[in-house]
Amino acid sequence: MSEHHDHHDHDDGHDHGSVKSYVIGFLLSVILTAIPFWLVMNRTMDSATTAIVILAFAAVQIVVHMIYFLHMNAKAEGGWNMLALIFTVVILVITLSGSLWVMYHMNKNMMPGPMPGAPAHQMNGMN
Amino acid sequence: MPEMTATTDLSSRYYVREHHPENGTLLGFWIYLMSDCLIFACLFATYAVLGRNFAGAPSGAELFDLPLVALNTAFLLLSSITYGFGMLSAYAKKQRAAVAWLVITGLLGAAFLGLELYEFSHLIHEGYGPQRSGFLTSFFALVGTHGLHVTFGIVWLVTLLFQVGKHGLTRENLRRLMCLSMFWHFLDVVWIGVFTFVYLMGTLP
Repeated sequence: MSEHHDHHDHDDGHDHGSVKSYVIGFLLSVILTAIPFWLVMNRTMDSATTAIVILAFAAVQIVVHMIYFLHMNAKAEGGWNMLALIFTVVILVITLSGSLWVMYHMNKNMMPGPMPGAPAHQMNGMN
Repeated sequence: MPEMTATTDLSSRYYVREHHPENGTLLGFWIYLMSDCLIFACLFATYAVLGRNFAGAPSGAELFDLPLVALNTAFLLLSSITYGFGMLSAYAKKQRAAVAWLVITGLLGAAFLGLELYEFSHLIHEGYGPQRSGFLTSFFALVGTHGLHVTFGIVWLVTLLFQVGKHGLTRENLRRLMCLSMFWHFLDVVWIGVFTFVYLMGTLP
């Protein structure tokens, strides 16, 4: 909270960050971006492990961006920002996991094999 | 917020008691961003479902040019920190520095868009447009929607540069810059998902 602002300049009762926090956020992001690119371009591990590792890096980097660039904290706008974020994340998880779950089972149980007229059609989740 | 009431004077304590968000615009804009987030979640879910249906067309591993994507990511990441410096200059009422940083941000955004359009035109030229396979449809929809957001971000940025040039760093302009700042950083957050999930994981065998 920026308490050095007087009341009339209080339109932005909000953490503005500083040069230091932006630079920290930027350096962390560069590291968290460079490692996944390096892992994929150099094929150091098998695909499944690499996928899990780069997804973990992405999750950490999203949190870094939220904190250092978007100045997210539990107090911004009296906590309503955080509440909206948590609500969105819940809906987001339901949408993503629900779509994947439903569509995976549709593919697995209902597809009648390769469609006529679509040669070499690769289907997701086919046995 | 008990520690805030303890340190501020009576007038701001009154505000806290009222449970008014200190800035309704920023909260409203944040909620807009969250709704945008849901649009992207749907596009990501679509890509997750369709992203392996190649219909005989090449897969991401054959089509994606990772060094190009890395360069694009660098542009967007750099534009995030230059926008941050622009905001810090704006709060310090240094108008010339703020405008300079914002112009750099806009140029980085334009460079990002240029590379993305080059990639799209290259794919379409090779015959791998959005109509070619389920994978390409979902790819163009997701990455294209992000690109459109960046486009409108740049339009908004240019508009604000004119506003700041004409009226200076007034309270209203600062508030507008703050909203665009959230928008710009949010696009960077979405791009993290795009380069990880679409490009990096799409390249994995």
